[in-house]
Amino acid sequence: MSWTEANNRYNDDKLIEGCSLFGMMNLSGERFSSRDPVRAIANMHERGNGLGGGFAVYGIYPEHREEYALHIMYLDRDAKKNTERLLKEDFHVNFDEEMPTREAKVKDPPILWRYFVQPRRRQLTKDDDYVMEKVMKINTQTGKAFVFSSGKDMGVFKGVGFPEDIAEYYCLEEYRGYMWTCHGRFPTNTPGWWGGAHPFSILDWSVVHNGEISSYGINRRHLEMYGYRCTMQTDTEVLAYTFDLLIRRHHLPIEVAAQIIAPPFWNEIDRQPPQRRRLLTALRQTYGSLLMNGPFSIIVAHQGEMIGLTDRIKLRPLSAGLKGDFLYLSSEESAISLISPHLDRIWRPKGGEPVVGRLGARGVKELLVRSEMQ
Amino acid sequence: MNYCEPEYVVDRDDSRCIRCKVCVNQCTYETHYYDPEDDRVYSRSERCVNCHRCVVFCPTQAISIRRNPTAYTANDNWTQEVIMDIKRQAEVGGVLLTGMGCDKPNYSYWDRLLLNASQVTNPSIDPIREPMELRTYLGSRPDRLELEMESGEMILKTKLAPQVCVETPILFSALSYGAISYNVHEALARAASQFGTLFNTGEGGLDSRLYKFGDHTIVQVASGRFGVHQDYLDVGAAVEIKIGQGAKPGIGGHLPGEKVGPEVSRTRMIPVGTDALSPAPQHDIYSIEDLRQLIYALKEATDYTKPVSVKIAAVHNSAAIASGIARAGADIIAIDGVRGGTGAAPKVCRDNVGIPIELALASVDQRLRDEGIRNKVSIIAAGGIKSSADVVKAIALGADAVYIATAALVAIGCTVCQRCYTGKCPWGIATTDPWISKRVNPDIATRRLVNLLQAWSWEIKEMMGGMGVNAIESLRGNRLHLRGVGLTEAELKVLGVKAAGE
Repeated sequence: MSWTEANNRYNDDKLIEGCSLFGMMNLSGERFSSRDPVRAIANMHERGNGLGGGFAVYGIYPEHREEYALHIMYLDRDAKKNTERLLKEDFHVNFDEEMPTREAKVKDPPILWRYFVQPRRRQLTKDDDYVMEKVMKINTQTGKAFVFSSGKDMGVFKGVGFPEDIAEYYCLEEYRGYMWTCHGRFPTNTPGWWGGAHPFSILDWSVVHNGEISSYGINRRHLEMYGYRCTMQTDTEVLAYTFDLLIRRHHLPIEVAAQIIAPPFWNEIDRQPPQRRRLLTALRQTYGSLLMNGPFSIIVAHQGEMIGLTDRIKLRPLSAGLKGDFLYLSSEESAISLISPHLDRIWRPKGGEPVVGRLGARGVKELLVRSEMQ
Repeated sequence: MNYCEPEYVVDRDDSRCIRCKVCVNQCTYETHYYDPEDDRVYSRSERCVNCHRCVVFCPTQAISIRRNPTAYTANDNWTQEVIMDIKRQAEVGGVLLTGMGCDKPNYSYWDRLLLNASQVTNPSIDPIREPMELRTYLGSRPDRLELEMESGEMILKTKLAPQVCVETPILFSALSYGAISYNVHEALARAASQFGTLFNTGEGGLDSRLYKFGDHTIVQVASGRFGVHQDYLDVGAAVEIKIGQGAKPGIGGHLPGEKVGPEVSRTRMIPVGTDALSPAPQHDIYSIEDLRQLIYALKEATDYTKPVSVKIAAVHNSAAIASGIARAGADIIAIDGVRGGTGAAPKVCRDNVGIPIELALASVDQRLRDEGIRNKVSIIAAGGIKSSADVVKAIALGADAVYIATAALVAIGCTVCQRCYTGKCPWGIATTDPWISKRVNPDIATRRLVNLLQAWSWEIKEMMGGMGVNAIESLRGNRLHLRGVGLTEAELKVLGVKAAGE
């Protein structure tokens, strides 16, 4: 059985799931251990059903900072052999090893291997585009190998189990990062396979997501027009590709991307001053097919930035907290309070209002409309 | 000797009849007459077209109409309709004309497509209590926007092509002045303005009294170029080149001279009483590159301030044609399916030429996506939209908006009797006779049209809310919200939808 069959066994329109999210970032870039993030996500145990948990950690491979860290899962040994042949054709593999793991309450772990690579310099394309293309190739062509992490100085660790067990399995206490995003999953129509857990990641972008996007059908068709292949059939994948398209390819700032994914209502736009109204109208006219409609809350991260966002009428929860240099994002406030009881500030962002934590900037970024943050 | 039998039988309950003669006065086909000697009203059933004008206006409900029960020997091949058509042709030796859209079964897919709703994993949204957005922009969109920071504020660098805004994705389709009365044109223009949508002039120009509704008008340029001049182009919100019409693909519009009175004559810029026969093709468009020239000629004439639409009939190669139209520079493509209406068309063409809008729309939308040019154009689907559910399904298949015409006429009295081409419409709609057209009161007709738009818009919001989306753009092209019943594999594939239960 290939992983696509394991992923969506009944060929449903897409995977449907509910979840818990947690994100924690040190805004001055100091690295910290897994202790707090794991305690926080474990506190929301009831929001998952043991069919998926995962973490994205930034700043964990300082010794390999300039190399792409590929985390790959294989369904069998042959897949590993075949994929490694592809890898060697396309990349200089500077170092590789089996990912350190230990016994834990997880189900059917695949073969997990990581590679630190650099693209072979014969292409004119940019490194990122090159890596992305090769990752897509491995993920769509071999059927039994899945690259689940491909950024620099960051890594995704995920699988089937509760998040605290996944942390145990991957020995996460041995890593230190300045930014952690965490996920506990409650899928309804997949038995759960390791690649289907969150975070979903491409290059150094990672997304953890809670929701069920009712506009998925058109979001996906729109992305397909730009060459994205939505093989995972999840909202999360669609969100990740949307951020990639808007930010990396169209060079739009994150605040603008947030207003495309969760735009203000027309009656709010109509009340803006002319220049801003023109901009917001043009965004909806041009990118209407990327409006993510229906319930979601997400934490998107890439090197140096963590963004929390919900759909525009906030049908999924998201709380934010600040304490000194730490920014917290969580499905439930209790998880933040648990690890940081004396916050400087705690708030519940409005629907469609992004919370942007940026390395080196204390505080959080505001947005174009509905800037009602203190 | 006429071999044709009456199609309908008029029954009158004489005990109810009060001899008020409303029926006599209302029937433009002179079906009813009063005999003063008998002091009774009689009917000539053979003249009745079943328009129900007398039935509705009879104050004592004395009149009923039924299909003539006298039928030829049952035969699935030589049906009543087939035999009658042949007899009529044998009598006059001409092309059989008809009005309205194709009345045959089997060509409709709307009723075999079902919509989705949210249960448990995502909440439905309540349109009565929460915002639900139908606003739609029509025009060519860029693939991406470029922004720049200017004194701390993000501003738009990309210049967008002209767009027209509608507050509901329902537009009034082309109904030409001449085919329909001035009062109907006025009502369509006023209703579109009041509700914030657009009406289409059709190919007969625009009476200057309606110029004040120009912001809500699509001015059409058809092969006859009737009523096309600079002021006309300037006044509209968008310009539409009519290549074809679903009811009669490959044929131009026909307006008989009897309908060309002084006002129609002035607007169409043709002499009173002359037949207005539009050529079958546009004689300056024999190829796609010619179309490009006309599109840009119109853009030049309007200083690139208005979107240009190209309307085609849904035919076998619609997808390839639409892709050519998008590349030729059109901002909007309107596609009119085989069930599209008409004021007059050869019956044989209406019932046999073209393909259903559902299939054409699905294949056009998919083709434009496959080629990465779907953003270049908006798509308007037309031809056989009978309800708000059809609108929702059309948008889910990939339309940006829909055109309705028959439904709009039904709202103001039309009973789809299919005799528009006679010019005697007893409801005062498909006529230019000043005496008959007074039957449409523009105030009342406007209100009824606005009511229809409002009712359908509410229903669309209910269905969207059920699906869990609160903006129409999240429905557009979202075929996962559709499922098919009773469709073949090939049909499902063209429509791009799964079978129900899948």
